[in-house]
Amino acid sequence: MQPTETPIKAEARNLSFYYNGGHKALKGINLPVHEKKITALIGPSGCGKSTFLRCFNRMHDLYPGNQYEGEIVMHPDNTNILQKAVDPIEVRMRISMVFQKPNPFPKSIYENVAYGLRVRGETNKRDMDNKVEEALRGAAIWNEVKDRLHEVAFNLSGGQQQRLCIARALATDPEIMLFDEPTSALDPIATASIEELMSELKNKVTILVVTHNMQQAARVSDYTAYMYLGELIEFGNTDTMFTKPSRRETEDYITGKFG
Amino acid sequence: MSMATEVLNNPLELRISDRLAKNFRRHFKERVIEFILMMAALSAVATTVGIVAILLYESAGFFAHVSIVDFLTDTQWTPLFEDAHYGILPLVMGTLVTSGIALMVAVPLGTIAAIYLSEFASHRVREICKPILELLVGVPTVVFGYFALLFVTPMLQKIFPELPGFNMLGPGIVMGIMIIPYISSMAEDAMRAVPMSMREGSYAMGATRFQTAVRVVAPAATSGIIAAYILGISRAVGETMVVAIAAGQQPTMTINPMEGAATITAYIVQVAMGDLPHGSIGYQSIFAAGLVLAFMTLFFNLLGHLARKKYREAY
Ligand SMILES: Nc1ncnc2c1ncn2[C@@H]1O[C@H](COP(=O)(O)OP(=O)(O)OP(=O)(O)O)[C@@H](O)[C@H]1O
Ligand SMILES: [Mg+2]
Repeated sequence: MQPTETPIKAEARNLSFYYNGGHKALKGINLPVHEKKITALIGPSGCGKSTFLRCFNRMHDLYPGNQYEGEIVMHPDNTNILQKAVDPIEVRMRISMVFQKPNPFPKSIYENVAYGLRVRGETNKRDMDNKVEEALRGAAIWNEVKDRLHEVAFNLSGGQQQRLCIARALATDPEIMLFDEPTSALDPIATASIEELMSELKNKVTILVVTHNMQQAARVSDYTAYMYLGELIEFGNTDTMFTKPSRRETEDYITGKFG
Repeated sequence: MSMATEVLNNPLELRISDRLAKNFRRHFKERVIEFILMMAALSAVATTVGIVAILLYESAGFFAHVSIVDFLTDTQWTPLFEDAHYGILPLVMGTLVTSGIALMVAVPLGTIAAIYLSEFASHRVREICKPILELLVGVPTVVFGYFALLFVTPMLQKIFPELPGFNMLGPGIVMGIMIIPYISSMAEDAMRAVPMSMREGSYAMGATRFQTAVRVVAPAATSGIIAAYILGISRAVGETMVVAIAAGQQPTMTINPMEGAATITAYIVQVAMGDLPHGSIGYQSIFAAGLVLAFMTLFFNLLGHLARKKYREAY
């Protein structure tokens, strides 16, 4: 590809994945994730986007019988994070995730954001306050919640909850953030604010986002990967993908002829 | 012109009246079902109302002889003696001390068991452990009573040589063991009802299983866990056999678990199994005691209700 490209933060190499029953949900995927860029994963429902995303933070380890094959190599240290020897908790310390449905904890707004820091053994109140504020600012929700930090998080609106979850995922300074359809449960205004937020976030963090929304992928992402039935059909610059995709299937999907 | 020809002339009407008839039948059937369901629900309500009414009625007879002030302040309960005293406090105390001990055993162990079963145990371990734990519920309380009297108390006497054969500590502990499964199974249900997405959120932040269980799942299930504790309290306060057998049935104004004492329930069963004539003051006294028990249970339930409202799940 072009020499102007940013460095690669992580890459999937010949990654396959089997669910417990033996269902092969990913089939030999090779995909680079560029540093401080947004990579969007698109494709019809059930094609394995979430499955792929959740390999990056070893979420599949939570359920018995799931099996990875191939590698996800993280740079600059060149570790294959799927290796048995690598502790999934270590991986999750470096790669955080925002889920489709906002899932704040039954705690105060402050404690939600502080959670990852506490889990990492942070105890200094001053540092914690600073990091919580920084994360809330980073997630563009500080002004809305600064006077109610100790209220329970469930009182927030759906869009606010999602931004809180982004703040939570941001507070621990992750190298990569995973977003699984982060706006599918939100209205257009909340969606716009999250998209704007993601565009800002990429100045400091690498983002991998699953979306069902073609416009969203076109708007926010730098790179796009089109998946179908567990395979990566096409990967490239978002502009190129949306204007002149090289594969017919991609074009059909993007233009809405299929999917 | 007969009805039949009219209907025949107008097939649309036929269909309508047909439908109406069907509607009526369905409607009737539904009313019957509704009535049966209502009666079933009412039978529970009616029983409760009946019990309260009887308690109040018989207690009224009691309080015609004994002043409420004496009842609530006198520190002796000797209704069957020549020199009769009617102070409920010793029985309340006995009830609270034995229940308190039971809860000190059952709440921590029940909670830990629940956390283990819900968050740590593999599917297979859970399938084996749960039925065994729930077997405890099926053991007759008489058995627990003699277990306390003949096994636990002698064992405690090895540690505390001065412990009398009848005491509150032994039965309290045994009662605690007895109610563990109530607490653990209800608390476990509450924790398992916490959506997986909440756990995933915690794991995704790099939390361990233990951190997830204690910092996220348990708080999310607080209201259900409190309900489990309330059930445990009700069981402990209402438990009769264990204390009647192993605590000595001697109303004593004490909070020392090393002494024997009687609880409200133990007194009630003691009198009820005796042959006091109906209408005698001794007979009526068990209703006054029962009324106090009912109030205590109500109080704890109310407390639990408030606590649950405060920690209502909202995921
Ligand atoms: N826990 C599971 N066990 C077994 N099979 C699963 C599991 N989760 C997903 N699958 C299967 O794996 C395939 C990929 O699912 P995945 O959830 O990754 O799709 P997706 O692209 O994210 O779809 P959507 O856009 O609807 O979220 C599907 O065929 C699905 O049925
Ligand atoms: Mg998905």
